[in-house]
Amino acid sequence: MPVHTANDVKIWQRYDTATRLRQWGGWIAGTVITLICWQVISNGTRWEFAADAPQQLGIFLQRMFPPDWSYVNQLWKPLWDTITIATLGTLVAVIIALPLSFLAARNTTPHPIVRYLTLLVIVVSRSVNSLIWALIIVAITGPGVLAGIIAIALRSIGFIGKLAFESIEETSREPVEAITATGASRLQVLSYSILPQVMPSFAGISIFRWDINIREATVLGLVGAGGIGLNLNAAVNLLRWDQAGMIFIVIFGLVLISEAVSAQVRKAII
Amino acid sequence: MLRIEQLVKRYPTGDAALRGVSLTVSEGQVMALIGPSGAGKSTLIRCVNRLVEPTSGKIWLRDTEITALNQRQLRRIRRRIGMIFQEYALVERLSVMENILSGRLGYVNFWQSWFRRFPQSDIDQAFNLLERVGLSDFVDKRADELSGGQRQRVGIARALIQSPDLLLVDEPTASLDPKTSRQIMRLITELARERGLAVIINIHDVPLAQMFVQRIVGLRAGEIVYDGPPDGLTPERLSDIYGAEDWGASQTAVPEQEPLLTAQE
Repeated sequence: MPVHTANDVKIWQRYDTATRLRQWGGWIAGTVITLICWQVISNGTRWEFAADAPQQLGIFLQRMFPPDWSYVNQLWKPLWDTITIATLGTLVAVIIALPLSFLAARNTTPHPIVRYLTLLVIVVSRSVNSLIWALIIVAITGPGVLAGIIAIALRSIGFIGKLAFESIEETSREPVEAITATGASRLQVLSYSILPQVMPSFAGISIFRWDINIREATVLGLVGAGGIGLNLNAAVNLLRWDQAGMIFIVIFGLVLISEAVSAQVRKAII
Repeated sequence: MLRIEQLVKRYPTGDAALRGVSLTVSEGQVMALIGPSGAGKSTLIRCVNRLVEPTSGKIWLRDTEITALNQRQLRRIRRRIGMIFQEYALVERLSVMENILSGRLGYVNFWQSWFRRFPQSDIDQAFNLLERVGLSDFVDKRADELSGGQRQRVGIARALIQSPDLLLVDEPTASLDPKTSRQIMRLITELARERGLAVIINIHDVPLAQMFVQRIVGLRAGEIVYDGPPDGLTPERLSDIYGAEDWGASQTAVPEQEPLLTAQE
């Protein structure tokens, strides 16, 4: 009880004594664990290697500068492929994930079993990184842009599906009740009371995922799934750091632009 | 026209919201349902269109036993029962016109409603209702741009465009100021008279109910404890419904509060 009486005065404290002792114990244990971990990491580090890290970084940057500016002419096609992978992958994911989200949301699912199966699909999709999906897909379809699109889509279905079904579950119940009371069918109830409520967040989620996918698509080439990552991989393997530098600059520009686009779109929706 | 027999609703938690309510509402009758919070008023009217499934008991609308219908038949009968809500229950991101036309959803198929291709007769009716509730200039406004009173007018139009026989009204004025409350009550009762609708209005504000309805039913803990004309609600009857309170206090000055100690003696 956080309330006790001393000298006929009722004293209120946020936590009682036992809780406070537990909290102190927790803090002390946390501190000790942190120090132990620190010790382990320190023992596992070759400090002489860490010490010359700034020097290594200097050499690295030196090799990249000046970047090979003329190489940019060979980058437009892979850059376009990267944008294609991200955009089509997101589109495919949206088309699959949004209907799934209605099956997964507690308030719209036709049956609990359907809900659990859908949640399983969403979890599987989410638990595997795009790069891993790409590895698998490349093994099946062979290298190329198609593998990248499928990999991005497979990863994004879970992401979009999860955020979308959560926003469906947060919709207010009153309009649903009102539309149901008019004698509307189940589909009409969904399209007139739930859909208008979740459209802005659906659009926001999709554009957010597209923005992430642009960045993910830049590395998919490392495993052969198309895009600018292919060039990056080749440049690094050939020790052409000046080309790699140019690729970094191009990727940086692409990410900046996608960031700006998605910010604009999100502002327009809200 | 509406007949309720021995209606019982027990929630899964074990709470009995209704304990054997029997009630008949005749054609064109406007009835107010009063009672303290938790008395089962909301549950009662939601049982009528089965937004809440009754545990036992029977409900007839004219010759149709609502409690015996399958889902498909239930949707058909719901078209004949309009409903108006406390928080208006409009779809905020849809326009006023779309909100009103949603009252016709039971009459059009899915694709017609998806592409908003409602029959011209529905649209004519929507314009008429907009004019009747005084919102002619608001057709294209989005519902979330309206004030409380305006929203409730849209809610009324949405219920009426169903061409219902019966109106269920759940606390229509609880979120409105006193003047708007009176206007809304007047509008509902006038429209009911024009169209010969039977109406059940859940309402907290007893004087407001007395002002506008012909019959008052008092509900307490899931049972009917009063059923009669508005002027039969004496302080004793009100105490039956709500529990003891100084019911004259609102008309006369509130008497000085006795010190607590004397009350305990």
